[in-house]
Amino acid sequence: MERKIVIPGEVIVSGEDYLPGEGTEKQEGNIVALRYGLAEESARLVKVIALSGIYQPRRGNVVIGKVENITFNGWVVDVDSPMGAFLSLAEIPRYVNKEGMSEVLDIGDMVVAKIYDVSARGIDLTVKLRGLGKIEEGIIVKINSNKVPRVIGKEGSMINLIKEKTGCNVTVGQNGLIWIKGNSVEDELLVKKAIIFITENSFTQGLTEEMQEWFAKEKK
Amino acid sequence: MTKEFKRPDGRKSDEIRKMTAKVGVIPNADGSAMFSFGDTIAIAAVYGPRKMHPQHSQDPEKGTLRCNYSMLSFSVSERARPGPNRRSTEISKITEWALEPIVMIKKYPNMVIDVHINILQANASTRCAGINAAALALAHAGIPMRGLVSSVSIGKLDKNLVVDLIKEEEDWEEGEGATDIPITLTSDGKITHLQLDGKITSKELKEVLKLARKANKEIYEVQKKALKESVQL
Repeated sequence: MERKIVIPGEVIVSGEDYLPGEGTEKQEGNIVALRYGLAEESARLVKVIALSGIYQPRRGNVVIGKVENITFNGWVVDVDSPMGAFLSLAEIPRYVNKEGMSEVLDIGDMVVAKIYDVSARGIDLTVKLRGLGKIEEGIIVKINSNKVPRVIGKEGSMINLIKEKTGCNVTVGQNGLIWIKGNSVEDELLVKKAIIFITENSFTQGLTEEMQEWFAKEKK
Repeated sequence: MTKEFKRPDGRKSDEIRKMTAKVGVIPNADGSAMFSFGDTIAIAAVYGPRKMHPQHSQDPEKGTLRCNYSMLSFSVSERARPGPNRRSTEISKITEWALEPIVMIKKYPNMVIDVHINILQANASTRCAGINAAALALAHAGIPMRGLVSSVSIGKLDKNLVVDLIKEEEDWEEGEGATDIPITLTSDGKITHLQLDGKITSKELKEVLKLARKANKEIYEVQKKALKESVQL
């Protein structure tokens, strides 16, 4: 099956050879799209990838959020999603005294976290893995969450190119927030400029090659 | 029906005005679309799903679809007083009812999807253009839906049935006068909205539905094309 744009209610494939995945439904032997997006098939599973709309939180996503509130057993984090996100005290890699919670993460702090559960109540976050935790320095850029796959590129080709060319450390949150940390502000601003360039040209074919040329031009 | 019936703009009785549709016209919205029937232009913007505010209007069973229809003050030849009025409140509610059966609102408890419809230019059939634009904007916002809806107005001018009325036809005074019947159908032919003010026989109404089904197929093709062509692979 080839990749194509589908609209709600459209039959993607018919027959018993396929299974309905995310954004699809089985109706009388046909796999029907339930939302607008790009239909893709992998291992007989047909799914629709969103091209627009708000961020849909998913288990395993790394996101960047802002601490909104401190409760008696954790932090409420705003991750730009209609559902509230919660970082429990038990999901901190070390022991934290209940009185000293604001010293670990205060209201207004930015945090890199991973989603370990999405339920009807909300999103549960964890920082118990390497690379996660409070953001101490650097800059944060916000882009449309649907453009995140383009910023990362195929198997991380784009993001690795940016890291290599600028020497900055870049963490891309699936919710569209990007944390840039480099040796100088100039480097960080160059990354920001590159990311904005990618989002503005996100439908171009061979964007990674074009970025290489772009960097060569910018470096002069 | 008499064959020699002439419409004021020379269209055939089952001919729709030139339609245009475009999605992604409002960059700040989560989804947006423009739809026009000739001189009637509607734009729709979708925001959400987002947390319903105030909290007491939240519905823990299912989400809420909230529509807001408004005719801009410059959309008609005599300046319209801006802001909500009796007519726009009614059309907002009607639009909600026309769209609700296709939007899978159950997936978003305690949340609201806001649909703002603005009429930039009016020459009758504004609610139909608004519903068509809203359906496109909802799809563009990535909201799960069972399909699209397409809306068209069918008119009875004296004894003649015509598709897609213009202002001149709406004010028809000869013979029995004008009856305007806006109809919204899903892509598989189910009726989600039908309004009727005026007089019509049940036999004629069946004829009206037949015309609406045919017109809706054309509108659906335009909507489909707009969504598919908004991205190049």
